[in-house]
Amino acid sequence: MGKILAFIQLDDGQPNRNALEALQGGQQLAADMGHQLIGVVFSASSPQQLQFKMDEIITVAAPELEHYSADTYVAAMAQIIAAEQPDLLIAGHTYQARDWLPRLAAQISRPLISDCIGFQKGAQITWVRQVFQGKVHADVTTGEGLAIVSFQAGAFRHDRLESGSPAIRSQEVDLSAVEVQVRAGEPFQDTKAAVDLSRAERIVAVGRGIGDEEKLALVRELAEALGAELGSSRPVVDYGWLSHDRQVGSSGQTVAAKLYLAVGISGAIQHQVGMKNCGCIVAINKDANAPIFEIADYGIVADLFEIVPRLTAAIKEHRSA
Amino acid sequence: MKICVLIKQVPDAGSVLRIRDDESWVEEDKLVFTANESDSYALEEALLLKEAHGGEVIACTLGPERSRQVLKDALSKGADRAIFLHDESFNNLDCNGLAKVFAKVLEKEHCDLILCGLQADDTGEAAVGPMLAQELHLPHVTMVVQTELLDGGLKVKQELEGGWFRQVETSLPALLTIQSGINKPRYASLRGIMAMKKKELRELSATDLGVPATELAPMQTLQRIYVPVKTKETVYLEGAPEEVVAQLVDKLANEAKVL
Ligand SMILES: Cc1cc2nc3c(=O)[nH]c(=O)nc-3n(C[C@H](O)[C@H](O)[C@H](O)COP(=O)(O)OP(=O)(O)OC[C@H]3O[C@@H](n4cnc5c(N)ncnc54)[C@H](O)[C@@H]3O)c2cc1C
Ligand SMILES: Cc1cc2nc3c(=O)[nH]c(=O)nc-3n(C[C@H](O)[C@H](O)[C@H](O)COP(=O)(O)OP(=O)(O)OC[C@H]3O[C@@H](n4cnc5c(N)ncnc54)[C@H](O)[C@@H]3O)c2cc1C
Repeated sequence: MGKILAFIQLDDGQPNRNALEALQGGQQLAADMGHQLIGVVFSASSPQQLQFKMDEIITVAAPELEHYSADTYVAAMAQIIAAEQPDLLIAGHTYQARDWLPRLAAQISRPLISDCIGFQKGAQITWVRQVFQGKVHADVTTGEGLAIVSFQAGAFRHDRLESGSPAIRSQEVDLSAVEVQVRAGEPFQDTKAAVDLSRAERIVAVGRGIGDEEKLALVRELAEALGAELGSSRPVVDYGWLSHDRQVGSSGQTVAAKLYLAVGISGAIQHQVGMKNCGCIVAINKDANAPIFEIADYGIVADLFEIVPRLTAAIKEHRSA
Repeated sequence: MKICVLIKQVPDAGSVLRIRDDESWVEEDKLVFTANESDSYALEEALLLKEAHGGEVIACTLGPERSRQVLKDALSKGADRAIFLHDESFNNLDCNGLAKVFAKVLEKEHCDLILCGLQADDTGEAAVGPMLAQELHLPHVTMVVQTELLDGGLKVKQELEGGWFRQVETSLPALLTIQSGINKPRYASLRGIMAMKKKELRELSATDLGVPATELAPMQTLQRIYVPVKTKETVYLEGAPEEVVAQLVDKLANEAKVL
């Protein structure tokens, strides 16, 4: 019987949400392939919440694993892999996973299929990933032997995890020879955000499609007319046109507005994770294939400069009527 | 300080993509290519470090003939020399293979710092940087948004999820993957473009590097690419701008009730 190891990232002792989503993918894979599913946590005990269907959970305890470092994580997982001989190692595509999984893949010379959004079963598993920032999908396969696969946030649903009470087994690793070359301090946030977009009822978000800092006035006026906060995609903040507290997405704020109007935003996954739970999503984009339309309730395929000023006027008129 | 920057040439973000009939890749003939966005920020960071502390900046790319352009652009902006890895046999490399090829070149250069972008905007594996660090047995830090040179080491600000950061210290030599927004990438000046023409741009093939093809055999296969099937019912509003706007206001007011 084959084996799937599911690495379950713990953040302050709690299972990471993206890791649980990947675990649900693991449950599907195990069922489809007739494989064992084994959770792996880098902790002395398995958190209470991990009452999900798995064949077992391996706990890995070592003082060197108490704080994350790519060097110790790679060394520990390489030892677990050598002991368990799995066919697959799966994980959530978190920032932490981006940091150490490629290094692990290089060390043990195995393929890494990163940021997958799903799989198709067949004689061999086909992994589906996004290319060109989500505009195109790609089917990828690997040859014989262990493959390392990370799953994008939202690829599977943690609320669909089958429950269970897996046996827990502890596994020794020896990390005494690992030289930790990188020392990280405690996480912090920059100056307290002046704008809390997470509470905004309406958001007008602007993307790189606006083209020019001066043109931001157009979306500001629209936001004012709507009584909305102004939000943005990352490039607009990178260019210094808006402050970081306006940024929506995986490295910015997560919002849940009733109305989210995306202007000139392509809808890359890192943006979508911050806004896809908004009530009503409107997208204005000149590219009919922009991934933002995948999650939009209303779509306008047009030049934003044709639409936005007219929309501002029409909203003002509606509101004064 | 000797710094190497890896720059990948990718289709411009605004490109209209057409998938080849055999679904093997996109048609490239009508595409406009440019340097990967985070790699441009990486190049700028290298130039800023050199300007502050002295040293040399080497730009390196691997790809087809067209990708020579990102090296010329880097030289025009101030990189001192460039390495162009170009060989038929490099066409099918996966990220493990790419990291091995870069390692072959860079093990001879003995750089203090290697800068990559955090991920390629086309294939987005976010893998080559940490893989290369492993191949060279160097420490690495991903998602760097600020750098500061210390005595014998480097202090960087690393981006975490959801607007969080942390400070990370590493010894040198090291490899960093650079996140967008870390600086303001410069444009090439006319003088820079003139100077570029006299700078070294060395082309290396697989034979020059002495990498055995067997070590580079890809462990993954791209079966096909395709336009994703849409799962959500989007209501598209069509017509002249005035009509579209009127429809939207009506929908927002009466259907979604969000005005
Ligand atoms: C680790 C990581 C974290 C990230 N975090 C975030 C994050 O928190 N938030 C975020 O947003 N991104 C984030 N990104 C970046 C993300 O991957 C995308 O690059 C980014 O969201 C793209 O922004 P955009 O849609 O504004 O720009 P683009 O992708 O360049 O899209 C611009 C859009 O405007 C359209 N357009 C152009 N001109 C017009 C016009 N005249 N009229 C109408 N439409 C027009 C184009 O068709 C295009 O779709 C992150 C990336 C990484 C790797
Ligand atoms: C079977 C197969 C077929 C493929 N076919 C094609 C194809 O036809 N056309 C195609 O374009 N791609 C193709 N690819 C993808 C290509 O091989 C990827 O570029 C590679 O796997 C690295 O991943 P990435 O580009 O997403 O890099 P990432 O890991 O996301 O890149 C991170 C950083 O590494 C550096 N970097 C990465 N690649 C380069 C480079 N070439 N030069 C300089 N710096 C670099 C940059 O600094 C970049 O920001 C194929 C892949 C496979 C497995």
